[in-house]
Amino acid sequence: MTENINGVLVFVEMVDNQPVELGLEMLGLARRISDSHGGTVTAVVFGTNLEGVGDNLIAYGADQVLINDNVIFDNFHAEAWLPDLSKIVAEVAPAIVLIGHSLSGTDLAPRLAFRLDIDVATGCESIEIVNGRPHMTRSCFGGLAREVVTFNKTPAVATIRSKTQQALTPMMERAGEFKFVSSILDLNSLRSRVIKREREKTVGVKLESAKIVISGGLGLGGPEGFNTLNEIAELVDGAVGASRAACDLDWCPRSYQVGLTGRTVAPELYLAVGISGASHHMAGCGNAKTIVSINSDPAAAIFKSSRFGIVGNCQEVMPALVEEIKKLKA
Amino acid sequence: MKIVVCVKQIQNPEIPPVQFRVDEEKKAVIPVSGLSPVLSPYDEQAVEAALRIRDAAGEGSDIEITVVTIAPAGARAGIKAALALGADNAVLLSEPTFDGSGGYVTARNLAETIRAIGDVDLILTGRQAADWDAGVVGLGIAEILDIPAITFACDVQVTDGVVTVQRVLEDGIETVEADLPALVTISNELGKVRYASMRETMRAAKKPIRDWSPEDIGLDEAQVGFKAVRHVLERLYIPINDIECEYIEGDTAAEMAASLARRLREAELV
Ligand SMILES: Cc1cc2nc3c(=O)[nH]c(=O)nc-3n(C[C@H](O)[C@H](O)[C@H](O)COP(=O)(O)OP(=O)(O)OC[C@H]3O[C@@H](n4cnc5c(N)ncnc54)[C@H](O)[C@@H]3O)c2cc1C
Repeated sequence: MTENINGVLVFVEMVDNQPVELGLEMLGLARRISDSHGGTVTAVVFGTNLEGVGDNLIAYGADQVLINDNVIFDNFHAEAWLPDLSKIVAEVAPAIVLIGHSLSGTDLAPRLAFRLDIDVATGCESIEIVNGRPHMTRSCFGGLAREVVTFNKTPAVATIRSKTQQALTPMMERAGEFKFVSSILDLNSLRSRVIKREREKTVGVKLESAKIVISGGLGLGGPEGFNTLNEIAELVDGAVGASRAACDLDWCPRSYQVGLTGRTVAPELYLAVGISGASHHMAGCGNAKTIVSINSDPAAAIFKSSRFGIVGNCQEVMPALVEEIKKLKA
Repeated sequence: MKIVVCVKQIQNPEIPPVQFRVDEEKKAVIPVSGLSPVLSPYDEQAVEAALRIRDAAGEGSDIEITVVTIAPAGARAGIKAALALGADNAVLLSEPTFDGSGGYVTARNLAETIRAIGDVDLILTGRQAADWDAGVVGLGIAEILDIPAITFACDVQVTDGVVTVQRVLEDGIETVEADLPALVTISNELGKVRYASMRETMRAAKKPIRDWSPEDIGLDEAQVGFKAVRHVLERLYIPINDIECEYIEGDTAAEMAASLARRLREAELV
């Protein structure tokens, strides 16, 4: 039996009053750690109208759920969330704090670590307990390397990359308890103010939950190249992504960016069209089950991660592929 | 108004993957020989953000842009690049070659450097350094100095002692403001960085660089270099995930497309 640790705290982000998938994936990781190394799994949620979330998170692996239900937590604002989260982490005193490697999570986790004078590993892909110490494996150098780090102080804070962990199958009969906690936030203490929020409406399937993602890069030759991608996405119920280079040129919305600093996807099928396969891009799609790429350069790095490849001009292949898929669907 | 931009010089993050190697024994990256270091791209954009603020203030504004870096003694390439873009002066804190991912020591020592510079209104950093990709240092500095921090900026403006930031969300844009002093981390959505003009590059050679040692800013031995590090790098390696690619052949684009569609159907992918 390996040495025991003091439990895992998981900060579960909510969107539209539902826990995000990454939150459930992290609960799966926390459960597996606790099952073999002891300690309890505490889920922490901030938001409004959170009825039902307690039972839900218990079903996904939490032993204890702390719910901070308050209108001020309707939208993420790191500075406002920090006092409550710091207090909860200090009180629960777990061995590990897991936070999603989303834009909010990466905004929150380093602040939490410095406020509590502990350390943080961002963008982790796995955590193993060795001799009672959490060993965190994270991607670095634009996805080219992995480092394994441990910390001398506890708790260790880790942000976890989406799609690297498996959520448990929910079991409604799992035992656990939830309780509401009250906020200690003094609104007058806030030094930053959110003035305005403009959200893009997602049409069709969300990138992260799509089973098929079709992504385009500079090889598309221009914004009109995205038309065939959109057509295929519509035919197969997929979503469209892009390389950063394509986003930088405004060929598509910013929110399409897949990669190190964009979305992380792990679909059944990732179709990379005119994308070279830079490590920064692969950091966001490397966990796809099957990658298929179309690129005119036989030496393109993307083929190294692809199951199927077409060496050819995507501007000719894609319209033909649309027709073929139409036939399949007919 | 005083703006400090924290920059780091790194190995070019866009080298071909085959050139990237690590020494697993030493747990360190093996530098590619003959390659000159570059400014970490987000840091370069942080310099650009500072220059845009100064441009917006117009001729004769009192804005002073100082670039700050922690690097081994003599490592001036990053600073020179930032000065050539248009920053006014620089501070180089020479540290016993500390470069780790924890970010803790780096944030502490940058915060102390900024304190020593004094009366800084706005601090800009990249959202993360493009070598270790941690994204910890900027927020750490703000926490240590106890000032507000706004992350992932794609636009930064300053008026009457207030910084207004457009920040990137997964599904949109948010406008956040804070009273100065404040810290802002810059994301790649800020956009293109200007070129270093010949004139500015020549001028840069004469711009003042303050070369500070840790003692100069009151840091003692326990606070710098490896002694202060709180994390252990257990392992550094390059993951191997090459898979066999099956190339779809065909004489025409239509043939290739038909054959790919068939394969995808066989594999039950569509
Ligand atoms: C710090 C940092 C962070 C980054 N983060 C990200 C990120 O999050 N996401 C991301 O994607 N990138 C990111 N990048 C950029 C990344 O390194 C690459 O530059 C980028 O992914 C390249 O995009 P691309 O493949 O579209 O363009 P290119 O690399 O220019 O590749 C275009 C490809 O299209 C092929 N092609 C050209 N014409 C045709 C044609 N007619 N038919 C078929 N193929 C054709 C070419 O052979 C080439 O392989 C980051 C870079 C840095 C330094």
